Amino acid sequence: MVSMASSLGKKKKMSVADIVIIVFIVALSFTCIVPFLYMIALSLSSNEAIISQKVGLWPVGFTLETYKTILSDVEMLYTLGYSILLTVFYTVVGMFLTICGAYPLTKKRLMGRNFILSALVFTMYFSGGLIPSYILVKNLGMMNTVWSLVLPGAMSVFNLIILKTFFTNLPESLEESAAIDGCSDLGILMKIVLPLSLPSIATLSLFYAVDRWNGFQDALFYITDKNLYPMQMKLYQIISANQQLDSQQGGEGSAGSFIVPESLKAASVMFTTIPILLIYPKLQKYFVDGVMTGAIKG
Amino acid sequence: MKAVLEQDYASKKKKNKFLHNIKRDKWLFALLLLPLAYILIFRYAPIYGVVMAFQDYNIFAGIKRSEWVGMDVFQFIFQQDSFYRALKNTLLLNVYDLIAGFPAPIILAILLNEVRAAKFKKITQTVLYLPHFLSWVIIGGMVYLMFSNSGMVNTFLANLGLAKIEFLSQKVPWLMTYISVGVWQQIGWGTIIYLAAMTGINKELYEASDIDGCSRLRKVWHITLPGIKSTINILLILQIGRMVSIGFDRPFVMGNSLVSDYSDVISTFVYRVGISSGDFSQATAVGLFQSVVGLILLIGANYIAKKLGEDGIW
Repeated sequence: MVSMASSLGKKKKMSVADIVIIVFIVALSFTCIVPFLYMIALSLSSNEAIISQKVGLWPVGFTLETYKTILSDVEMLYTLGYSILLTVFYTVVGMFLTICGAYPLTKKRLMGRNFILSALVFTMYFSGGLIPSYILVKNLGMMNTVWSLVLPGAMSVFNLIILKTFFTNLPESLEESAAIDGCSDLGILMKIVLPLSLPSIATLSLFYAVDRWNGFQDALFYITDKNLYPMQMKLYQIISANQQLDSQQGGEGSAGSFIVPESLKAASVMFTTIPILLIYPKLQKYFVDGVMTGAIKG
Repeated sequence: MKAVLEQDYASKKKKNKFLHNIKRDKWLFALLLLPLAYILIFRYAPIYGVVMAFQDYNIFAGIKRSEWVGMDVFQFIFQQDSFYRALKNTLLLNVYDLIAGFPAPIILAILLNEVRAAKFKKITQTVLYLPHFLSWVIIGGMVYLMFSNSGMVNTFLANLGLAKIEFLSQKVPWLMTYISVGVWQQIGWGTIIYLAAMTGINKELYEASDIDGCSRLRKVWHITLPGIKSTINILLILQIGRMVSIGFDRPFVMGNSLVSDYSDVISTFVYRVGISSGDFSQATAVGLFQSVVGLILLIGANYIAKKLGEDGIW
């Protein structure tokens, strides 16, 4: 009774420590929002205002010109559509392989199960490195094809083990009764295990999708054909245009042939980020769930 | 005679059991076929590919017909200043990341755990997790626009009457930017595992310490921290195991020619030597060096953790 009263009392008044903690967390949260505000402000400001360093978190010399430029750029829209399709395709391939790999490995009776598991886990801690993978992609004739962006990273062993944990946690009795009814292993997977694991499958699909959407390195290594550039590669080219020039000359918008104005860079950053900002708040819960399962496994 | 017969019988039985197992689990093996083929081709074939490090690899001759040179490639690499520069930078950046980035999520998780307003907690967490979902290209673009000489931060400093800081082209400011952006990107997301571990702590411990009149700090020190100790250990082992390996995107996007003395790391070195210049053997050797040292570090850290009576990762 006494402790209840004291904890009730504590709830009402905020101590100095509480206020310090809240101020700190709010300040940290602001550092996650300010960059976006600045990008938006830059993208809506006139170039003169940006060059003369007048732009803070509010647009100066408001103009929609940069967004008009981006939205009327056929290449940019093409890359956006292509990246979305690529992400979906990659996610489907990755999930298919992951499900096919994870389910059999939940069965303790399976011959060679431990050997297969060890062989999988080993690849998490030891890899051949960038160059042998590069040579492999080259030898398989996948350079400058969509396959080079889909297959080399398609199945993540980490995700497979998370999914295996999900499957193992399903009630065993359901599978057993289906087996008694004469259901094959494939039937059990399709009719019982998969429908019950939809939330976890959604979570892992999101992991795959984010990896592909954010992936940049493989495109840099394997793709030289502009039509096959994913969004990140395109963005990198826009941002790195005249960057060296800028940092050497103190950011005075020097006139050259390949100058991309800062406002356009900022608008491109926003353009690439918006798809993530749109889906992220709704799906955040799934991401967190996925990490927690991964953590329990560890 | 009898013994031979028995042996024969036993081996037959073994064979039958083998066939029986395969027949019984035919669907399971069928399902495994593609994933295993995938792992063999895309994970184990590159591991076999490291033999290039012991060859004078010629892209037209391939692994089969390239000339074997033993340890020559390694000897050559270990004489290169640029290799030591990349190795040194990799270690340095990783050590800085460990010092600044490892405790940060633990501290934030403890602070978040102290917040009682559920709604406030939920909203700030959503915001704090966001940077984890941004690619390094996006972050690099933002950093460039914010920290360049004409960017927001320098504008702000100028308005305060302070001198410009060349965040992107001078050693110390660049290092600070690189490290703090890394902390910023991971601090929120890193808290999830610790917060999950904290929910596993027995509530009665806190209640009992309330009755004893323990201060908040003491509760954190004596209940919360011990409760997440094994999680801290595991993450520390994993991070130590990654001391010599470094992602490609972050140093590549954030580095530039003015800071390459500090930003050129093993991954960007391998890219430059291997893919840009086509010295496949050298780049493979550096990659193999990195993989082997990484594995040794991981095993070593795990061994030490176990010796100290902690949970390891295996």
